[in-house]
Amino acid sequence: MNFLKRTIPLIIAFVMGVLMAMQYYVPHKLSQDLLEVVSKWDRIIAGFAVFIGAYSLLHLHWTRIKRKVEGWGYSVFVYFGAIITLLFGFLNGGKFFWNDKQDGTMFDWLYYYVQVPAGATIFSILAFFIASAAYRTFRARTNESTVLLIAAIVVMLGRVPIGNYISPYVPAIADWIMAVPNLAAKRGILLGVSLGAIATSLKIIFGIERSYLGGGD
Amino acid sequence: MRKDSNFFVLVGTIGLFVCINIFLMASGKLPFSFDGFGVILGAGLTLAIYSFLYKDNPAFKIAENLYVGVSLGYTIIITWFNFLKPDLYDSLIVPMFSKAATKAPQYALIFPSMLGVFMFLRFSRKLSWLSRWTFAFVVGLGAGVSIPRVISAFILEQIKPSLHPVFSGGETLFSSVNTLLIMLGVISVLIYFIFSVEHKGAIGKISKIGIWFLMISFGASFGYTVMGRLSLLIGRIQFLLRDWLGVLQ
Repeated sequence: MNFLKRTIPLIIAFVMGVLMAMQYYVPHKLSQDLLEVVSKWDRIIAGFAVFIGAYSLLHLHWTRIKRKVEGWGYSVFVYFGAIITLLFGFLNGGKFFWNDKQDGTMFDWLYYYVQVPAGATIFSILAFFIASAAYRTFRARTNESTVLLIAAIVVMLGRVPIGNYISPYVPAIADWIMAVPNLAAKRGILLGVSLGAIATSLKIIFGIERSYLGGGD
Repeated sequence: MRKDSNFFVLVGTIGLFVCINIFLMASGKLPFSFDGFGVILGAGLTLAIYSFLYKDNPAFKIAENLYVGVSLGYTIIITWFNFLKPDLYDSLIVPMFSKAATKAPQYALIFPSMLGVFMFLRFSRKLSWLSRWTFAFVVGLGAGVSIPRVISAFILEQIKPSLHPVFSGGETLFSSVNTLLIMLGVISVLIYFIFSVEHKGAIGKISKIGIWFLMISFGASFGYTVMGRLSLLIGRIQFLLRDWLGVLQ
């Protein structure tokens, strides 16, 4: 039983890892077809994973409603929003879910007038909180934080008309910061992250990294 | 007493919002149609979410939870129409059960479907181990696919411009200095991230230069994020003033 529970997953990860790593270096149609097929399989599995996420979220809010914990009434709106959207989505403008998605339906209406405004507003609200975070961050206590402060102010001023009004050099300096020191640091971080990702991938393929299997037997 | 005043503020705000919308519709500034009601709903949600800036309140919580629910429904529908329907339903289920189908069923798709179903066994105590097969497939696939592509796109392609000759003819002195600075920045940042060597002496000095490059980068990223959020805020204010109230043209 341990073979099925522990060894088979390690074999699957090893075979898939080696196969897909080798696939990149084989410029044959079969190799390209293999990539296409497994990508499609991956998309299907990801599709099932979305339903697990949905179940998890709905289960959480159902428990809140059932136990009548404080603020349980707000969880009703999660169900309300989800049910309405699913209903109009699967109704598909009267063509139903087995036909391709229709444009200009109530589902699109919900997207344009609920999803987009609410999403944009939630992200824009961070503009206010980022201002208070900036107050705490931008106190120039050390040389390094002074550098951070100056870079941030120059980049912000360089992106608005007032920057050019102060001096035409401000946008030019902002562009230089983005193109030279910022690029160098980002490239250094990217190289480090990439080397780490390769090392982790190799550890997964060779069964050294097993945390994705979870605990238990 | 405090709770009562909060209640009156909420009811008063909702009442004002309703009155404004009745006026807008009666004056013809908002069309009496689905689009008109959509703009009202969008404006209501925008104001409800911004009310959090005053303090946490029921209007914000309702808008927040409604957004979560609609996003969940939207994600499921998009997953169905963009992935599961074309890749699984139309390719396997329809050809299997419909006599009018013109394509042969792709039986190989039973395999990823089984792996997908195995994930649901995570909720079973006895059979949860089967979900590991799915995770192993996805994780192994991701690891194998990423190795050569990361080497190609993120390592080789990033090293190449970093090692660009400082003087190869035709450059200005300024661009040569920039090339040198980029090389210095990349090397110093990489040295800063080497934690297996103590940052003392020459290593310590170079890693200090790396910190300065990182600070400039973090500052620039912060500035960029602030400007991005502000442009979203401007977009929302434009929506309220132009699309809803019709004050801006």
